[in-house]
Parts: sequence; structure tokens; C-alpha cells
Amino acid sequence: MKIKPNIAVSDSGFVFNPDTGESFTVNPIGVEIINLLKENKETSEISNQVRVKYTVDQPTFEKDFDDFIGLMRNYSLIEND
Amino acid sequence: MTNKRKLTIAVSGLNAVDSPGPGVAVIRALREAESFDVRIIGISYESLEPGIFMHNLVDKTYQFPYPSAGVEAVLERIEYIHSIEKLDVFIPNFDSELYTFIRLEDTLKEMGIHMFLPTMEQFEERHKVNLNEFGEKYGINVPKSKAIHDLGAIYSISSEFTYPVLVKGKYYDAAVAYNMEQVKTHFNKISAKWGYPIIIQEFVHGTEFNITGLGDGLGNTIAAVPMRKQYITDKGKAWGGISISDKRMLELTDKFLSQTKWRGGFELELMKNKENEFYLLEINPRMPAWIYLAVGVGQNIPEALVKLALGEKVEPFTSYKVGKMFVRYAWDMIVDMEEFQTISTRGEL
Repeated sequence: MKIKPNIAVSDSGFVFNPDTGESFTVNPIGVEIINLLKENKETSEISNQVRVKYTVDQPTFEKDFDDFIGLMRNYSLIEND
Repeated sequence: MTNKRKLTIAVSGLNAVDSPGPGVAVIRALREAESFDVRIIGISYESLEPGIFMHNLVDKTYQFPYPSAGVEAVLERIEYIHSIEKLDVFIPNFDSELYTFIRLEDTLKEMGIHMFLPTMEQFEERHKVNLNEFGEKYGINVPKSKAIHDLGAIYSISSEFTYPVLVKGKYYDAAVAYNMEQVKTHFNKISAKWGYPIIIQEFVHGTEFNITGLGDGLGNTIAAVPMRKQYITDKGKAWGGISISDKRMLELTDKFLSQTKWRGGFELELMKNKENEFYLLEINPRMPAWIYLAVGVGQNIPEALVKLALGEKVEPFTSYKVGKMFVRYAWDMIVDMEEFQTISTRGEL
């Protein structure tokens, strides 16, 4: 699973898709996850980093992460497999 | 001080109103041209077109006869204006003017007035009435359309289309109809204003995108800037938009230009449906009112069009800034009564 390479995200959480002109806002954790995706980190690496930093258990992370990715896919921010 | 040559350019479409003509935006672009300075001659049809009173943009304005007055009346007025102003280039910005100006292109060229317009064949072929044939000929997705010439013929559309449908005027105006009664209402309203035919078009649900650009008449893309409408007025006009980088839109533009060998400025109106397929809704045979966005992202299309009109070589633009927005606004000018009186009575200001 890869984020589209030209997706832009600012520190304030403004996400811009230059292909479609659509823009979104995400919270600070969303910014961190998008930046990790842009660095081509694997899901396991993102999981480790976020769980350690925010003291969250694996099932909770997985559920929220899957929801987030599902939304991103829905908005065409993730490249098709 | 600059050493740039000075061109005198006539520009119509000064109606910067809620459904704006492109003239004021075109003039703004010409004023920022790097390769020439300009004296702008405004061409107006109504005494309250805002561009008439924008003296920082328009040097002199002349009232003009409507195209319905006939080619002779239009030519006579151009001859009068040319005798005073010595025009180098004329940029007609209304769809409804183009038929007359395409017919006059050679005559005006002999007078020393240059234009860069589509050919009559291109102008007719891209017409809303002919959109089905156009899509079929060039392999471009278009919504199903049907031209209706009288009210009696609308009863057949219930069996040919699924509601809602778009009811469109020959040149301008469009409305969504959800049943036959609404089709009749829109048909009467739009035909009273713009005449026949009325076009019934399949309604494609989705997001609106536009591209403006410039073709050199040889099949080459000189300029192309795609835009997503962000804020749409109740007349369907973009009041805000953003430049985007969709490769498929640029490919579609290249295909349109290479296959039709389009000559001049244009705007493609596209709808992207849920399946991410683009449908070509309309081809406007002139620059759009949002043309200044193209200038803002690095492609001064009006400047390039003027150079092509003068027979000069223009290198194609190869890039533009993505993520630049335009946000339109309304502005109240204070105008002396004498100015309104002068344009109304003397036809010049």
C-alpha cells in the first residue's frame, strides 16, 4: 500500500491532491502517519512508531489505522494495488 | 521606460458580471504581456458592461452592433473604429460573435487587423448540437445529446433519456430538469432568450473540471491549464478554482488538439463521474472568464494568442504551477453620470 507520491501535506494538517484539486484536513497524528507513508514505511514500522509514542495497544491501532487508510483510499490518496 | 512595441488590441466581453465574459481577464493578461505593450480598445454591447468604466484597463470603448445586425453592420463599425484606432489585433470573446468574425477574418486581415480564430468547420463541429458526432469521430466520451427545434418534439425525450436531464441553450444557459414539466419550463425560458435549437443532454453526476488552452491550428498544444471548480454560482459559473495536475486531462487536451487541429483559444468543460471517467460536456471556442488563472500559473495564453495572430512563432508552454487558486469578487465602481451618458448617446467612451 503506497500513498500517491505527489500528495502534499503541511505541518498544520492540510492535505492537497494536485491531481484532483481536492483538499482535506487531518489531525497531528494523521500528519505523522501520512509523512511515514510518504517515506515508504511499512505498516509494521508505522505501527511500532505510533504505538510506542502514543501508548496504544495493537488492536486499537490496527482498527484506527485501517479506518484512516480506508478513508484515504476512498478519497483516491492511496495508489491502487 | 520600456522598448517594447505597442499593439492596439480590440477586446470584447467586457461584461464582468455574475456570468462574466472573458474580456476583462483577457485585458489584464495583455497588460502583463512581456513581449509587447498595449492600447486596449474595449468593444461593448450594453452601456453598463463594467469593463467600459475600468479606465486602468481599457483605454477607449466603442459600442458595437449585435451579431444579429448582420456582417455588413459589424464590418462598417470595425472600419470606423479602425480608421481612428489603427487596430493590430481583434479578440472577440463571445461565442455568439464568432460566426460573424470567422467570416470576416480574411477581410480584416486585408485591413491589417489580425485574429486567431477556429475555422468555420471547427466552430460548427464542436457545437453542442453536434457533440454526439464529435465524440464518436474523435473517440472522446460525451454525454448523449439531442437538439430540439420545437416544443412538440420534447415529448420524445422521456423514452430516450433518463431523468434528470440538462436543458441547454444554443450559446448560453443550462438548467437541470427532473421531469417533463420542468423540461417545458426551461425550454420556453431558454429558447425565448437564445433561440433554437435547445439541447437536451444526459446529466452526468460528478465533479466539474475545466481546461483552458491554445491550439496553433497545426495540431500542437501551445498551452493547457486544467482547473477544478471549487465554488460554483447558481448560474453554474466558477467563482473560485484551483489549478491541478491531472495527466489524463492534459492527454485529453492533446488528443483534442492533435485530432481537430484546433486553431485559437478554447475551454473544455468536463465532468468526472464516480468511476473516474471524464465526459466532455462542452467545447467553448474561446478563452474562458477564468483565463487569468492561466496567467497566474505561468501561461499567458492571451499574449501567446496575439503573437500567433500576428504570424509569430510561439514556443509551447511546458509547465505551470499546480495548486494556485483564483477567487473572484464583486466590486462597486463609482461612475460619473457623464460617462454613462457619453457611452449611451455617442457610443464611445
